[in-house]
Amino acid sequence: MKIRAQIAMVLNLDKCIGCHTCSVTCKNVWTSRKGMEYAWFNNVETKPGIGYPKDWENQERWKGGWERKANGKLVPKQGGRWAVLAKIFANPHLPEIDDYYEPFTFDYENLQTAPELPTAPVARPISLVSGRTMDKVEWGPNWEEILGGEFDKRSKDYNFEAVQKDIYGQFENTFMMYLPRLCEHCLNPTCVASCPSGSIYKREEDGIVLIDQDKCRGWRMCVSGCPYKKIYYNWVSGKAEKCTFCYPRIEVGLPTVCSETCVGRIRYLGVLLYDADRISEAAGTENPQDLYAAQLDVFLDPFDPEIQRQALADGIPAAWIESAQKSPAYKMAVDWKIAFPLHPEYRTLPMVWYVPPLSPISAHANSGNIDNAANGLPDVGSLRIPVRYLANLLTAGNEPPIVGALERMLAMRAWFRAKQLGETPDPALLSSVGLDEATANDMHRYLAIANYEDRFVIPTAHREEAENAYQLRGGCGFTFGNGCDGIDAKAGLFGGKMGRRKVIPIRELDDSQ
Amino acid sequence: MTLSVPLNFFLFGIYPYICLAVLLLGSLVRFDREPYSWKSDSSQTLQKRELKLGSNLFHYGVLIVILGHFVGFLMPEPLVMWLMSPTQHQLLAMVIGGIAGTVALIGASILIHRRLAYRRIRGNSRKWDITIIVMLWLQLALGVATVPLSAQHMDGAMFERLVAYVQGVLLFRPGNAALLQGTPWVYQLHILLGFTIFLVSPFTRMVHIWSGVGSLAYLVRPYQLVRKRGGSVNT
Repeated sequence: MKIRAQIAMVLNLDKCIGCHTCSVTCKNVWTSRKGMEYAWFNNVETKPGIGYPKDWENQERWKGGWERKANGKLVPKQGGRWAVLAKIFANPHLPEIDDYYEPFTFDYENLQTAPELPTAPVARPISLVSGRTMDKVEWGPNWEEILGGEFDKRSKDYNFEAVQKDIYGQFENTFMMYLPRLCEHCLNPTCVASCPSGSIYKREEDGIVLIDQDKCRGWRMCVSGCPYKKIYYNWVSGKAEKCTFCYPRIEVGLPTVCSETCVGRIRYLGVLLYDADRISEAAGTENPQDLYAAQLDVFLDPFDPEIQRQALADGIPAAWIESAQKSPAYKMAVDWKIAFPLHPEYRTLPMVWYVPPLSPISAHANSGNIDNAANGLPDVGSLRIPVRYLANLLTAGNEPPIVGALERMLAMRAWFRAKQLGETPDPALLSSVGLDEATANDMHRYLAIANYEDRFVIPTAHREEAENAYQLRGGCGFTFGNGCDGIDAKAGLFGGKMGRRKVIPIRELDDSQ
Repeated sequence: MTLSVPLNFFLFGIYPYICLAVLLLGSLVRFDREPYSWKSDSSQTLQKRELKLGSNLFHYGVLIVILGHFVGFLMPEPLVMWLMSPTQHQLLAMVIGGIAGTVALIGASILIHRRLAYRRIRGNSRKWDITIIVMLWLQLALGVATVPLSAQHMDGAMFERLVAYVQGVLLFRPGNAALLQGTPWVYQLHILLGFTIFLVSPFTRMVHIWSGVGSLAYLVRPYQLVRKRGGSVNT
């Protein structure tokens, strides 16, 4: 057993109002640069829909994630090592910028400078790629917002698999939900496995997956390797970029920008301990529907004294183990089993999990035909969002875990509703779905109240383990490297380690273009 | 083409060493000081059209051509003579180089068309992106043009002279430049342009060739990489 810790995220889709605050704050902090206008480290999709980039969930087309061979071995779906190198000159599975959208601005100046005209002046769209006026904006980062576009196009959504989708095109039966998406910081990331220059890595201390910008050569195999399409090629810098999980904030115990600014308070951050030795075994589980359970098995119980001992021995700080015990991610994923990984069938063991949304009871049920289960709760089958759709999204189509989660959430609501109304709720309501009163109270505290300190339990990084602060004393600028780097001058061209930037250049923003 | 002896000596005796020195030191300095600028600079994201055909034809063709130059020119003379006659050696070079060179030339033509014809690509190209692909196109064209020229004298004598010259450069053989005195201009230009491409490489996207070689390490590394915050790599 090799225990490692990761800061995992859980998103409670039941409370997401689709306001895009997360996307906008993320963009302002991370991707408001040239070459990244089209990139959204965090975006919110309206489902059902084909998403961003178009059709990203269709891995027969994009070849993201892993493929399990008959002998149980995992190989990136886009090919093994030789195949990846052979495709380096022209990656056949790379999305084009139009698969995201052509980034654009508007000719605002025209509004000021236009001469007097019989009609009002307009600000025409201008492509940020070619610099030309665009006749028409064809697609955008959130083109399908609130079910925009025809059902015909949206219904290409991959999650309609095995759902009788035709009836959901009718106005009375239509449904929607929001899906905020970011890098999953997987335990078994295909982007890392696909990088020919070895520039992408997972951090041992907190599980954040990062791209070493100095080592990235722009081979672009990670873009196609990631099944979530959450690595973006900066077409100006020629480097791949991705969500950093706001690591400078995480390191000092602050939540990511998307989590901090979430007005719906749907995001949770907490430590999960996992057994690194069992990753490949779990990712190689034969039946895709068992992958969710297999990933749960990789997580370790932070209350188990044996685990605690081993974790300390493996170098995990005591504060992190303590945080793992208070981790909202652990409670929702492992204790209450209401959070699920997004598309576990990609076999990357994603670490951003989702609580499925409840939805209104469909009209059919409202007209007096509610199929009540014995405990007085409505049958989750009568919810507007088909269970199978959620299962396709979160458990590779395995419905019972989704049903169980929805039932627990419904029961918790019914329990508190009764309490609020001064009634005496029937304890059977909770016990029938495997809850007790204490757990229901906890769930209410975390899901409904969602206090800041409950949502974000982030231990600070231990800087003293990453660098020797003693060596940094009084030497900045006088050291043998350049600037403040490099006491340790191993042989390099001019001292220091080869191929590492010595000075972090402060580049001026180029607004001339 | 007959150049004056001093000019011939400079172009084929001195210039190659300037170019090679700049190539090696320039690459080293850039890799060490400006690692962020070291990249392949792909434009595939902006436009896939024509890239798949053009880039694959060009790169695979060029790889065979480069490999052919390495084997053909750097194999020690006695070993070659033991394996085949000079005529056979020349014929082999003509056939393999001719085919691969033509393939690469077609690819380069497609890539030049793609780079210039589409506003998206052209507008986001640096001067060097266009210059270097034109230089490579010319170099391939000159290389392919040597094939019909060589066919006029199949005895292999001229070919062995060129082989001796290339080996002479690498072995610092004195008086090496004299070997090229009076050789046809196609060969001379091909050699000069070749060294010039070496000369400008460190200042262009051509540095990605080093990384292409480096990426062979991918074949033997484990799929997953984990780093500690200090920077050490393990799995």
